[in-house]
Amino acid sequence: MKIYANKRGKTLQLKLVGELDEHSAKNARRETDEQADNFIGVERAVLDLSEVAFMDSTGIGFLIGRYKKFQRLGIPLYIASPSQSTDKILLMSGVYTLIPKI
Amino acid sequence: MENYMKLEILAKSENEGFARSTVAAFALTLNPSLNELSDIKTAVSEAVTNCVVHAYRNGEQGKIFIECTTQFLSPTEGVLHIVVKDNGCGIEDVERATLPFFTTLENEERSGMGFTIMQTFMSDFSLISETGKGTTVRMSKKICAEERAEQRERADA
Repeated sequence: MKIYANKRGKTLQLKLVGELDEHSAKNARRETDEQADNFIGVERAVLDLSEVAFMDSTGIGFLIGRYKKFQRLGIPLYIASPSQSTDKILLMSGVYTLIPKI
Repeated sequence: MENYMKLEILAKSENEGFARSTVAAFALTLNPSLNELSDIKTAVSEAVTNCVVHAYRNGEQGKIFIECTTQFLSPTEGVLHIVVKDNGCGIEDVERATLPFFTTLENEERSGMGFTIMQTFMSDFSLISETGKGTTVRMSKKICAEERAEQRERADA
């Protein structure tokens, strides 16, 4: 899994590319948190999931962990463009109540 | 039993992607839809991840045993049966383990949704575990080609 960061105005966009499972989550966690620390001062962050080819329940843990991290930094977090299968998991687990889909 | 395969792999996280992709490839003879295939991959990933994360402790390098069979019910209907088994530590409280959001590893950013996803995404699910002996998950997914024809008609319309 690769994470691409892109700052547009006051929005930090984090694009996740690849498969998010137990194997890839550790790196994804570290990279996303590093990017969050690099871009302090942004007003919001968006996790672009359009290029996530696969995600299981490890992704739920990952997303809730990032929600907590960004909350500590005072940056509201959003999810954009999940695939149909990712959307199914996020809906059933209630992730969108913490991290709204935009 | 129309077709059968058995996969024996080390309980390493590197093998999670291999396991779910292999089962998905095996399922292709049933002509599943992309959604059905995605459900199968996710459920297998959950079962295999449980073996990797929970079954073997203290650096013990255990194995995961996956068996799949295909069954054809009619020209348009089939079932994929999957067994995921380990010889690990077993689950102390099976009922609790299957509750949504329950996890024994609360400090590790784990969702506790693995069994819930297996139950929701598959047509049948059962779990047998014995402490000190291991855990066996059985799941099956009904594949229905007629539903797909309807979906295609709707998409065309």
